[in-house]
Amino acid sequence: MILIKAFLIIIVGALLLIPFLKVAGKGIVVFLAIVLNAALTSYFAVLTLMGEKFEFILPGSIISDVIPIRIDALSGWFMLIINLVFITGSFYGLFYMKEYREQKSKISVHAIALLLLHGALLGICVIQNSFAFLIAWEIMALSAFMLVIFENEKMATIKAGLNYLIQSHISIVFLMLGFMWVRFKTGSYDFSAITAYSSENPLIAILLFLCFFVTFAIKAGIVPMHTWLPYAHPAAPAHISGIMSGVIIKIGIFGILRMLLLIKLDYTTIGYIILFFSVVSGLYGVMLAIIQHNLKKLLAYHSIENIGIIGMGIGIGCIGLGSNNAILANLGFAAAMLHTLNHALFKSLLFYTAGNVYQATHTVDVEHLGGLVKKMPQTALLFLIAAIAICGIPPFNGFISEFLLYTGLYHWLQDANLFSLIVIGFSILGLVLIGGLAMLCFTKAFGVVFLGNPRKEFRHEIKEPPFLQLLPLYLITLIIIAIGVFPKLFINLLLQPVLLFTSNSFPATNTLQYNQDVLQQISWGMWGLIGIITLVFLLRKWALSKSKVSIEPTWACSYTAPTPKLQYTANSFVRSYRKLFRPFLMLSKNKKEIHGIFPSKVHYKSVTYDKLEKWFVDSPIKAIKSLLSRFQFLQNGNLQFYILYGIIFIVSIICIPLIYEKFLDFIDFLKQL
Amino acid sequence: MLSFALIFIAAIFFSGIISRTKSIFSGRKGPGIMQPIKDIIRLFRKGAVYSQTSSFVFQIAPTIYFSSVVMAMLIVPFGQSKGLISFNGDFIFFAYVLALGKFFSIISALDTGSSFGGMGASREALYSMFAEPAFFILIGSLALLTGHSSFQEIFSALHLGSYITYALAILATFVLLMIAMIENSRMPIDDPKTHLELTMIHEVMILENSGFDLGLILSAGCLKFAIYGALIVNLFIGIFPYEYTIPLFFITQFLIAITIGTIESFMARFRMGHNAQFIFALTSVSLLIFFGALLILGKFI
Repeated sequence: MILIKAFLIIIVGALLLIPFLKVAGKGIVVFLAIVLNAALTSYFAVLTLMGEKFEFILPGSIISDVIPIRIDALSGWFMLIINLVFITGSFYGLFYMKEYREQKSKISVHAIALLLLHGALLGICVIQNSFAFLIAWEIMALSAFMLVIFENEKMATIKAGLNYLIQSHISIVFLMLGFMWVRFKTGSYDFSAITAYSSENPLIAILLFLCFFVTFAIKAGIVPMHTWLPYAHPAAPAHISGIMSGVIIKIGIFGILRMLLLIKLDYTTIGYIILFFSVVSGLYGVMLAIIQHNLKKLLAYHSIENIGIIGMGIGIGCIGLGSNNAILANLGFAAAMLHTLNHALFKSLLFYTAGNVYQATHTVDVEHLGGLVKKMPQTALLFLIAAIAICGIPPFNGFISEFLLYTGLYHWLQDANLFSLIVIGFSILGLVLIGGLAMLCFTKAFGVVFLGNPRKEFRHEIKEPPFLQLLPLYLITLIIIAIGVFPKLFINLLLQPVLLFTSNSFPATNTLQYNQDVLQQISWGMWGLIGIITLVFLLRKWALSKSKVSIEPTWACSYTAPTPKLQYTANSFVRSYRKLFRPFLMLSKNKKEIHGIFPSKVHYKSVTYDKLEKWFVDSPIKAIKSLLSRFQFLQNGNLQFYILYGIIFIVSIICIPLIYEKFLDFIDFLKQL
Repeated sequence: MLSFALIFIAAIFFSGIISRTKSIFSGRKGPGIMQPIKDIIRLFRKGAVYSQTSSFVFQIAPTIYFSSVVMAMLIVPFGQSKGLISFNGDFIFFAYVLALGKFFSIISALDTGSSFGGMGASREALYSMFAEPAFFILIGSLALLTGHSSFQEIFSALHLGSYITYALAILATFVLLMIAMIENSRMPIDDPKTHLELTMIHEVMILENSGFDLGLILSAGCLKFAIYGALIVNLFIGIFPYEYTIPLFFITQFLIAITIGTIESFMARFRMGHNAQFIFALTSVSLLIFFGALLILGKFI
């Protein structure tokens, strides 16, 4: 109880302090406040992962009833992820924001919003009163909006921010609908009322779950509710992009998992629904990521892909619960939650390194970059590690969670009927294609941005950021490698969160034991791989030390030293892919070809758009607009008319009740007749 | 450990036999069977030239490529004897370790800044992506058929009882053979001996590699062939005793090498645009195996 008060006091104290400090002070205060709060909450989180549970009852107010704060292992796991990303993100942000020091007021707002976001996210993890939950949710949405529109002098940023704000409020509508429904029927704001109410009738349970699912799917960016995500991520400053991708969209995943715990429903059906949406999200996300030329937008689409992978884990877990398959349920939920952590790690690392690139070159258009590995070797190495990890390739962490997912799917094969076999087939196909396409995407991203020759001359010097700025990035890398080579350790941490889901259905089986041996073997495999690489590398070093090594220009079949423009660009790298996947993509070209003996300047530009966005967002909006435009005559810009509307409004407000009374009298009169 | 030694021995002769077959079919005298290995050993002793444009990626990529293939080799079993590493789902590790090597070979091609490198890298990334589903579905159907999920258990439980299983094994052989051809960039997909670099995939990626690094890449190619050959052999040997299976291993590897040589002698390379369709068609062959497995298990009602 005291600790909760301390938590609130830290936030409020820092908020009051921030406006009165100098710019450097604001950053440090926010960072310290986040670290303090993180330490405070991680204490509970770690205890919950050991198997404890906490429950505090806050008095609340007349409107909100009592506010129960319940911290279980699921909250604990997500709180740890939130804290990790926030500590690294705000530390990185201290350095990233240095260039914006002059804009003091903006920095203040930014700092306040960051702190509020941290508090709100942690609150969402533990609050179990729908009224307070909504407030925390709204604080999160608004503060994230303020963080996104930091560079609000740019039109694109404001547009992206508004897009995010509107879509997140659409999600809040569904959330409110769900909560109000339960409140109306049971008269309680407590989350336990949701469980009680939903167990009455399976149909209600499914409808209620779908209501919440839409909310959290919009937040998580599950296709086709993803359209805000590719705009908001690139518009935000790098550390905010990392936090958004690492944590904010994960709170959607948390919501889905929480509702699965609260609502007792037909898990199999829900599992298939989630699995379907997830496979589609995964494939669609990566398919669009490949054709993006904006590095941060590319990463944003990859977030959609990874949410798809996490969702597949949840779907499989649900199906395991529904079909009484203990191992399947365990593998599914473990894969989902481990991938949540993994994605938070490598995606925030990717966004931070992209931030380094932006800081050094002032552009994130990959077609203008190239050869950065020589100027920024550390950033390049960090990006490379994260890129390999996100493709799910050993010896890094992405492999472990994808492996659990594959193992789940292959385990499910053994006792499946025809329908589920086909589902498994397509899920495996989807997962494999996601892996392959991710590799295509990240070889492109890394190769074009960091390798080869620079495609454009920059007037300013390009240099590596200072070591302190890279420190959080190294920390993340360390965890990425640790999960890769000691997977057993991290799976053991997941024991309690997974048991929350499975212990009701399978009380006796202590389940993650199933993979202990396998993960031990993988661990050996990873070490073996690293060992062989080291061995061969030393051998090579020894062999080269004896012979002559020279450095020459690139040979390229004796087309020596051409201009950098002859290099493969990002666009040409994916040309054959683009042609093959044309039905799913929306591309438009803007080009001028060579004509005549003395050709004038030519250009080629390709623009990509999101097909689903056109179908699900643009077209409906167009329809609504054309409907509403018929009433445009009302808004004619004439002041007299507006005054007239006002008068009509006032008169009708006064008259309608009177007329209504007269009307009732008249009815009475008729009745008397 | 047995499989490791066998694959290693088979790899020494494999590409020699392929080129010997090709030379016989084209009426040339041709090099000896040991010539490719002699070339590799010569490369290991040679000095190296590196491009000015290239970075540390170019330096470590061949090492990682080679190591990933060696690691994959450690997973492949031989009949009853397990690979050095064997666990449930080891084939996933197998495929993803190979992907690590591919990732590095692709980015090292981009590292030189030449348009040829980019060309090869772009094609390799696309085609290897398409080949992957075929492998996973194939192993998935075998896993379904046998009820196990590690290489060694699947192969030793694969009973060749009915006619349908024979058909499945032959289809599986076809798929694995084609994956081997794609992985090694051989004829129907890629032509290492074409006169124009513009039409190559793998060879054009390694244009800038020389000396020890090139030796690593070439020997990794030989090993990869023998690895896929070993997987094919494993489809058939099941639980027979070693005195039969070891000779059978070498005979099958020999036959595979001759088959590849024959295909290369009598077939032209596909047009680049058609490659993707062809490779993806392999996935449908794998799906055929999947449905065959369903048929055997009586999952169709």
